[in-house]
Amino acid sequence: MLAYIIRRLLGAVILLFVVSLVTFSIFFLVPRIAGASVEDMASRYVGKTADAETIRQMAEKLGFTDPLLTQYGRFVSAIFVGADYSTGPTTVHCPAPCLGYSFITQNPVWPDLVDRMGVTISLAVGAAVIWLFFGVATGVLSALRRGTVFDRAAMGVALAGVSLPIFFTGLLSLTIFSYGLGWAVPGGTYVNFAENPLAWAGALILPWVTLAFLNAAGYARLTRATMLETMNEDFIRTARAKGLNERTVVVKHGLRSVLTPILTIFGLDLGILLGGAVLTESTYSLPGLGKYAIDAIVNNDLPKVLGVTLVGATFIVIANLVVDLLYAVVDPRVKYS
Amino acid sequence: MRKQRLVTMVAAGAATVMALSACGGGGGSSNNNNNKGGGNPSATGPNAAIGKAFNPSDKKGGTLRFANAGDWDSLDPGDTYYAYSWNFIRLYGRSLMMFASAPGQDGAKLTPDLAESKGVPSEDLKTWTYKIRKGVKFDDGTPVTSKDVKYGVSRSLDKDIFPNGPTYFNEFLDLQGYTSPYKDSDPNGLGLKAIETPDDQTIVFKLKKPFADFDYFAGMPSTMPVPKAKDTGSKYKEKVVSTGPYKFEKVELGKSFSMVRNENWDPATDPNRKALPDKITVQVNVNPDDLDNRLMSGDLDVDVVGSGVQPAAQAKILADPNLKNNSDNPLSARLWFTNINGEVAPLDNIECRKAIQYAADRTGYQRAYGGNAGGEVASSLLPPIIPGAEKIDLYPSKDNAGDLDKAKEALTKCGQPNGFETNISYRAERPKEKATAESLQQSLGKVGIKLNIKAYPTGDYAKLYAGKPDFAKSNNLGMMVFGWAADWPNGFGFLKEITDSRNIKPAGNTNFSVKDPKVNEAIDKAMTEKDENARQKAWVEVDRKAMESAYALPGVVAKGLYYRPKNLTNVFITDGFSEYDYLALGVSG
Amino acid sequence: MKHSQEDLLAGGAARPSDRPNEAFLQVRDLKVHFPTDDGIVKSVDGLTFSLQRGKTLGIVGESGSGKSVTSLSIMGLHKRGTANISGEIVLDGQNLVTATPEQVRSLRGKRMAMIFQDPLTAMHPYYTVGNQIIEAYRVHHNVSKSVARKHAVEMLDRVGIPQPDKRVDDYPHQFSGGMRQRAMIAMALSCDPELLIADEPTTALDVTVQAQILDLIVDLQKDFNSAVIIITHDLGVVAELADDIMVMYAGRSVEYGSSREIFAAPQHPYTWGLLGSMPRLDRERSERLLPIKGTPPSLINVPEGCPFNPRCAFAGLNGDLSTTERPEFREVSPGHHIACHLSGEQRQHLWTTEIKPKL
Ligand SMILES: Nc1ncnc2c1ncn2[C@@H]1O[C@H](COP(=O)(O)OP(=O)(O)OP(=O)(O)O)[C@@H](O)[C@H]1O
Ligand SMILES: [Mg+2]
Repeated sequence: MLAYIIRRLLGAVILLFVVSLVTFSIFFLVPRIAGASVEDMASRYVGKTADAETIRQMAEKLGFTDPLLTQYGRFVSAIFVGADYSTGPTTVHCPAPCLGYSFITQNPVWPDLVDRMGVTISLAVGAAVIWLFFGVATGVLSALRRGTVFDRAAMGVALAGVSLPIFFTGLLSLTIFSYGLGWAVPGGTYVNFAENPLAWAGALILPWVTLAFLNAAGYARLTRATMLETMNEDFIRTARAKGLNERTVVVKHGLRSVLTPILTIFGLDLGILLGGAVLTESTYSLPGLGKYAIDAIVNNDLPKVLGVTLVGATFIVIANLVVDLLYAVVDPRVKYS
Repeated sequence: MRKQRLVTMVAAGAATVMALSACGGGGGSSNNNNNKGGGNPSATGPNAAIGKAFNPSDKKGGTLRFANAGDWDSLDPGDTYYAYSWNFIRLYGRSLMMFASAPGQDGAKLTPDLAESKGVPSEDLKTWTYKIRKGVKFDDGTPVTSKDVKYGVSRSLDKDIFPNGPTYFNEFLDLQGYTSPYKDSDPNGLGLKAIETPDDQTIVFKLKKPFADFDYFAGMPSTMPVPKAKDTGSKYKEKVVSTGPYKFEKVELGKSFSMVRNENWDPATDPNRKALPDKITVQVNVNPDDLDNRLMSGDLDVDVVGSGVQPAAQAKILADPNLKNNSDNPLSARLWFTNINGEVAPLDNIECRKAIQYAADRTGYQRAYGGNAGGEVASSLLPPIIPGAEKIDLYPSKDNAGDLDKAKEALTKCGQPNGFETNISYRAERPKEKATAESLQQSLGKVGIKLNIKAYPTGDYAKLYAGKPDFAKSNNLGMMVFGWAADWPNGFGFLKEITDSRNIKPAGNTNFSVKDPKVNEAIDKAMTEKDENARQKAWVEVDRKAMESAYALPGVVAKGLYYRPKNLTNVFITDGFSEYDYLALGVSG
Repeated sequence: MKHSQEDLLAGGAARPSDRPNEAFLQVRDLKVHFPTDDGIVKSVDGLTFSLQRGKTLGIVGESGSGKSVTSLSIMGLHKRGTANISGEIVLDGQNLVTATPEQVRSLRGKRMAMIFQDPLTAMHPYYTVGNQIIEAYRVHHNVSKSVARKHAVEMLDRVGIPQPDKRVDDYPHQFSGGMRQRAMIAMALSCDPELLIADEPTTALDVTVQAQILDLIVDLQKDFNSAVIIITHDLGVVAELADDIMVMYAGRSVEYGSSREIFAAPQHPYTWGLLGSMPRLDRERSERLLPIKGTPPSLINVPEGCPFNPRCAFAGLNGDLSTTERPEFREVSPGHHIACHLSGEQRQHLWTTEIKPKL
């Protein structure tokens, strides 16, 4: 098991290395191949009346004139040992892990990411708890009451939840609950947990619920289907044959095996979400990683995009790893050697 | 090339599906139809804030709440280029000159701000001198001197640290190799020879070439004073030292910031600012549809980007008379047009270009932008709201629908009596530009000019495709759909960038096609004309020359739809920015 | 007018066991019907039998004849709402059909237990074997975990799992098929059930293991003195184990008798067919398999008359009786019942001249 973990960790590191290489290539190599010159790439970082000389200087400053391998080396070395850059009057050290600094705002990317991560984690974890609970509960109840009004209603709502995009449900919920009824604060009012936990929860409640609704819908459907399947398993019949009461049968025997595939998906979903809940964050104007990524893309701010991509990939890789390891704990049939 | 200002404003216009039908002088193609009392001059109702102040008030107090669907390029006066930022920055900074805080065309007029009066040019227009008002202080109480202004301008020259701002000073000042105060041998960072500060109240700018409109440069935020002691380079934007009526209270970049009254601002030194609200809050990166909803629900006061509401809100506003009464639909200094590429045969022949000018159905162009309500048909490049603009219509046709006979005549003269075939490009993510291309394809097809439509990504349109002459030529882009908004509402600000062929770079251009020495000559003449009226006429001449050479097919002058929440006081659209004047706003609630 | 089997039974004196007070398990006119979209599936349609303590009943029949449905009804394991159950199932004086689910639950595992067809899927993959046996014990016995664990180890030992104190902590997937079935048996027997139902306990196992498991069941039955129902579609399996044998066809009993009688003098053509298809160790393979032609009937549209008539080689012998009238379930010799229109002579003749020589 330990050997396995070590091997997986190594694999994860290599994977991240590859991800960094690929993303780096996408942002810095591909435009060059597509025909953009060094000056073209630099030209978006200088004023619109800049002359060729200014653009050339900018290209040099941004390092676009160096060979790509050198640029990549600089990027990687910054992650491990940090880098220095000039802010004007002083030279600022960007300590490791330095994911570079924004060409446009001149801020190091990593502290920004850390700052944004808090929002995304708050959003993702809060929503995840809600959707896991309600999704699974609804799915289980639906499966146990298959064909009843409850089941039909729940699955109808769930279908809506899966099919409606978050910017629709999000804006709808804002319109109803923030502007119509005035129950919830509108978007764009995120407060740190440490600052004011109540305001924090208040700002997040709508996004939590909306994001949770979307995912809970999927989880309810999945849980229901798996539950129906599981309740027809032979081992459930065995459990009943022992004389166990129905609750024990459902919870200890049924739910236990339903939860395994759900936890797997849950881990991966959460991992992806931690890399930035792009649509939710933009709909509710939450300054999280997803919104950061969008803004970076709009501004063509490559180091930021690269940073978010790497962080997002890291979350997904870690989530994968955790899920795989958890699987061994949850399902005794899985053995790692 | 920095396109942000252009990008925002042009993109904003793209969102304008349709607008108030009641607005715009009713008739569409009126001469010089500008925003001075345009539309319904009613005291309340639609367009009540066009041409005059709506809900005028002197009542102080309250909190004015702004929100931004995106984010500032920077709050640093030396590093910002968005129109709305230049409008907003007047709340916390004082440049030598500024756009007057006044409705309509008066808002497009420069007035001295930190300077006591307009700049005094030398005879050759290469030296400009300003006197700074006495008694102006930074928010920490230190007096502002001409050296702080010089330092501010000097640092803005460093595009490594401040890449966002315009480069006019880099281009025009006689730098003699000076690059940055941060690399200056002078410990005070005042080694720049192109700016002299003979005393604390005087500042002298020395130019490489004569320029009559230098007051506009002196109105750029980069002339706002920056105290060297407090300058942290690229970090200065986190704590900008204020000279205006408001200073920063709390700044969380990328999220929000707030401003409170600057007690070191002395109204006696400032004839331009009412400073009504007690506090100003700004949220950035807000979902644009949510932002509109909040405006309409009274939860927000101003969409700071000033490009009008989103299509969803627009539909809602136009459908609901109550909402519509709280909206304004002004013309802007923003033109949708199509470049005609003289590098691509047979368009190297002026007659073939003229054939396009004649054959194009401009009402079709207008329909592509939402019809009469989305904007007005343009017959030349200079938008009518720019002071001094004149109606020029060199290729007239009945109802603007195109003159096919004249077009055929021109084609014959060009040696292509049966027409020819070429490509037309547009920005892929812009349905209206696509509709434009299709409309042109149809109307030009009537005289045998066959257009093949090509789409390119918006983000790289100027950098890699249409704005890259090599690419445009080798891909036979005979026509390139585009749009343009002015840096300033004057001839220089609007026309130079898109008509001066000496600006054309290997890539990333703003002028895709206009290459005419006569236009360049006219530009030089306009830039050195000292008399303001004569100068305006000279720019009209540039417009005329550009139309004569037929390199650009004007399409539509855009209008935006703005929502004006009820509790705003003193609201008006200023032609200086084609936005509400943020300096004037107050709140009643 | 057609007579239903019920009428005949109610009026007739002949029943497999007419001594209700002595039988431990009494099933009377059991009907289990499943309403489905295609129609009502009459999986069990009027079944009557009884079983004494310490005795073994073999239920034999082709796939789909209703064996499992019968045993699940006894155990009360049909899902509420899906099955319509009527008739009586009386376990030691208590009618399970009318009892509350909770009452039936309390009997399950304790007084009656069941071993299922497929030991591969019948255990929960995520819990250890020991855990599952412990659970079975503790539902009905208020004892500590360690006591229950000791009991589980004992039970595993009883069913012949080597090193039971170690294997008790294994997961089912670590057991072989045979071991799993032994563990299932251990689980079923952990509460000393008075009734044990083994539903095809050996079909999933290979031949040598089959024999061991069956021996085990017999041994345990002796030790515990339980009543046992062994269900199979293979007559050979029950030949030595069962005291009585019931042959089922299309949800009904077609022949019932002592094991000896059924093998020595089977009376029903269907039973002949079963015997014909029974593998026997003393014959050549080619000779011994005489599968019953045709396929089992639809349980939604059961054939008129004798349900076996479409497949019966002798259906025409009594005119159209077989296709119009349902044969009565009657006693043909003491304790031996069949449902067939053939007369005694006809059966005797056919058995001696046509069937027996081929077996
Ligand atoms: N829940 C149910 N709904 C509908 N039909 C059912 C249901 N359960 C069983 N049946 C039907 O009842 C009939 C008898 O099934 P049963 O499982 O008792 O057969 P079996 O004799 O045990 O066969 P096998 O030897 O294959 O185990 C089959 O036709 C089956 O399809
Ligand atoms: Mg069965």
